[in-house]
Amino acid sequence: MSKIELPSYLDQSPEVKQRFEELKQRDIILEVKDLNKQFDTAKGQVTALKSIDFKVHRREFVTVIGPSGCGKSTLIRILAGLESETSGEVLLDNRPVKGPGPDRGMVFQGYTLFPWLTVKKNVMFGLRNQGISPANAESEAMQWIDLVGLERFADSYPDQLSGGMKQRVAIARALAAKPRILLMDEPFGALDAQTRSKMQSYLMEIWKNIDVTILFITHDLDEAIYLADRILVLKANPGEVNEVIEVPVSRPRHEDQFIEPEFLATRKRLDELIHPPSSQDEEEDKLNMIRLAKVGDDVEPQV
Amino acid sequence: MSSAPWFAPRVALSTGRERVLTVASFLLPLFVWAVVSYVPFIWHPNIEITEPGSVSYFQSGMQIERSRFAQERQKVVEEGGDIPQGIRANPVYLPAPHEVAKSFYTSFTTEPRMRSEQWLHESLWHSIQVIFWGFTLSSLIGLPLGVLCGTYAAISRLNEPFVEFFRYLPAPAFGALAVAILGIHDGPKIAIIFIGTFFQQVLIISNTTRKLDMSLLEAALTLGSRRIQLLFKVVIPGVLPDLYRDQRILLGWAWTYLIVAELIGSSSGITWFITQQARYKNFDNVFAAIMMIGIIGLATDIILAKLGKRLFPWERGSNKT
Repeated sequence: MSKIELPSYLDQSPEVKQRFEELKQRDIILEVKDLNKQFDTAKGQVTALKSIDFKVHRREFVTVIGPSGCGKSTLIRILAGLESETSGEVLLDNRPVKGPGPDRGMVFQGYTLFPWLTVKKNVMFGLRNQGISPANAESEAMQWIDLVGLERFADSYPDQLSGGMKQRVAIARALAAKPRILLMDEPFGALDAQTRSKMQSYLMEIWKNIDVTILFITHDLDEAIYLADRILVLKANPGEVNEVIEVPVSRPRHEDQFIEPEFLATRKRLDELIHPPSSQDEEEDKLNMIRLAKVGDDVEPQV
Repeated sequence: MSSAPWFAPRVALSTGRERVLTVASFLLPLFVWAVVSYVPFIWHPNIEITEPGSVSYFQSGMQIERSRFAQERQKVVEEGGDIPQGIRANPVYLPAPHEVAKSFYTSFTTEPRMRSEQWLHESLWHSIQVIFWGFTLSSLIGLPLGVLCGTYAAISRLNEPFVEFFRYLPAPAFGALAVAILGIHDGPKIAIIFIGTFFQQVLIISNTTRKLDMSLLEAALTLGSRRIQLLFKVVIPGVLPDLYRDQRILLGWAWTYLIVAELIGSSSGITWFITQQARYKNFDNVFAAIMMIGIIGLATDIILAKLGKRLFPWERGSNKT
């Protein structure tokens, strides 16, 4: 079997290079400075996040990925203001943020739609909080509902919608409040593969058409590459920035790109970062597999 | 009829089967009662004397234990004389279904024995009013307090330890005190229902409120909700259907305190009717009155359940009732 020679994930085509040049010129929306988070547990202090530093530019799409326990959820919750940092700073438009606020919209993995409100009223929720009149809030909400293609369901309750539809409402609801940045915490994690890839395309389409900056947490390598301009790769224990990858895949993105050399090269790099070849654990897994097979129907391990 | 199994763990029944079983759940105890009442060789521990014969203390219509009757009869047979006759009967405190069924009507039409006494419908109405005021007063304070306890840890800490203590004090124990403070009429009765309901209510409502999904509050925070808005726009609407269910259960508890409450001070309402009828040995009326409480309770609950479906349309899809 011949092995395909992949380019380095660091090689960028002139077009991609130019896009990143241009991107770095834009305003900085979110800046995280030396962010640390420690938890007090029964076993003593645990460092969840250690000296996290990064910037997100206007209309940039940044994905955050890392092995389980790397604190990516803690990170996004601190950015949203739902948890407080132990030390360090989070700047939004160069101003430090304290506590949660509508300038940082959030989409949770668990939908979190208000079950007692219809789709329309859910989307109106943030607008009404800003003191917008019911009539104006409603017409504005309807535009967002149109954008996510759910106008037929405007008067339905969340319980009557599928998972993918619920998450589209959640996105519309977050965007309607006109946040400076949209924080997404594994928003498609609970969806089946087909819905998930549809939702990714939806999200790309929305992001392309409106002025929104997105920070997106995922544990899916393909999703991380497919959506992102840059990928923030974290490592666990303690959670630190491992590498920031500029995705060398051209835009606009489409699913055929999953097998492009640039995509595969990035994927290979992510794989190395997230599943480092460790020794002990994997050995044991393999032994168990053989034992299992032998317990079964006299299956010979395949060569 | 479908061939689906009747017994499959946690599988819902068809509507037809549900109806059949609902009816059966009432017919089954009725059937047992009817068998005990109408089949003479089942139970019937007494003999109702139809012909006293020459036993001096027998009177027709009088009931006596079977063994005792046999003894006396034996004595008469040995000594010679008129042999007493009787039929097997159940004790007076177990009237047959048809007698109770008749009482459902006649107890309403029977005039009270004394002019100061109340008709049955007046007694029932009086009981319903006592329940209503006891439960309403309790809810007026208990509901808001429970929601606040479930929302704010500080309010919970300040209230719940004491409430937790107080709910172990049996409400009837406050009877004498309530009479001393509130007089002998409806005041103490309402107070007993209040005490019996309120402390449980605060704890149940606060626990239900605490079950609200925290992420809904977090979502509201990221959408710009602040402090008091969280309470009124997220917590309260979020738990309202569950609070409604709790209230239905608590109303049932309030009914269980009614009988004790009505014995306090001057006996009144349906309890007065029951004790009075028992004194006259009209046990058919007693059974009818007890059943009326059950029917009123069940009917109220069914109406409230139906109303709940209208009030909370977003719950329609889910399995909660």
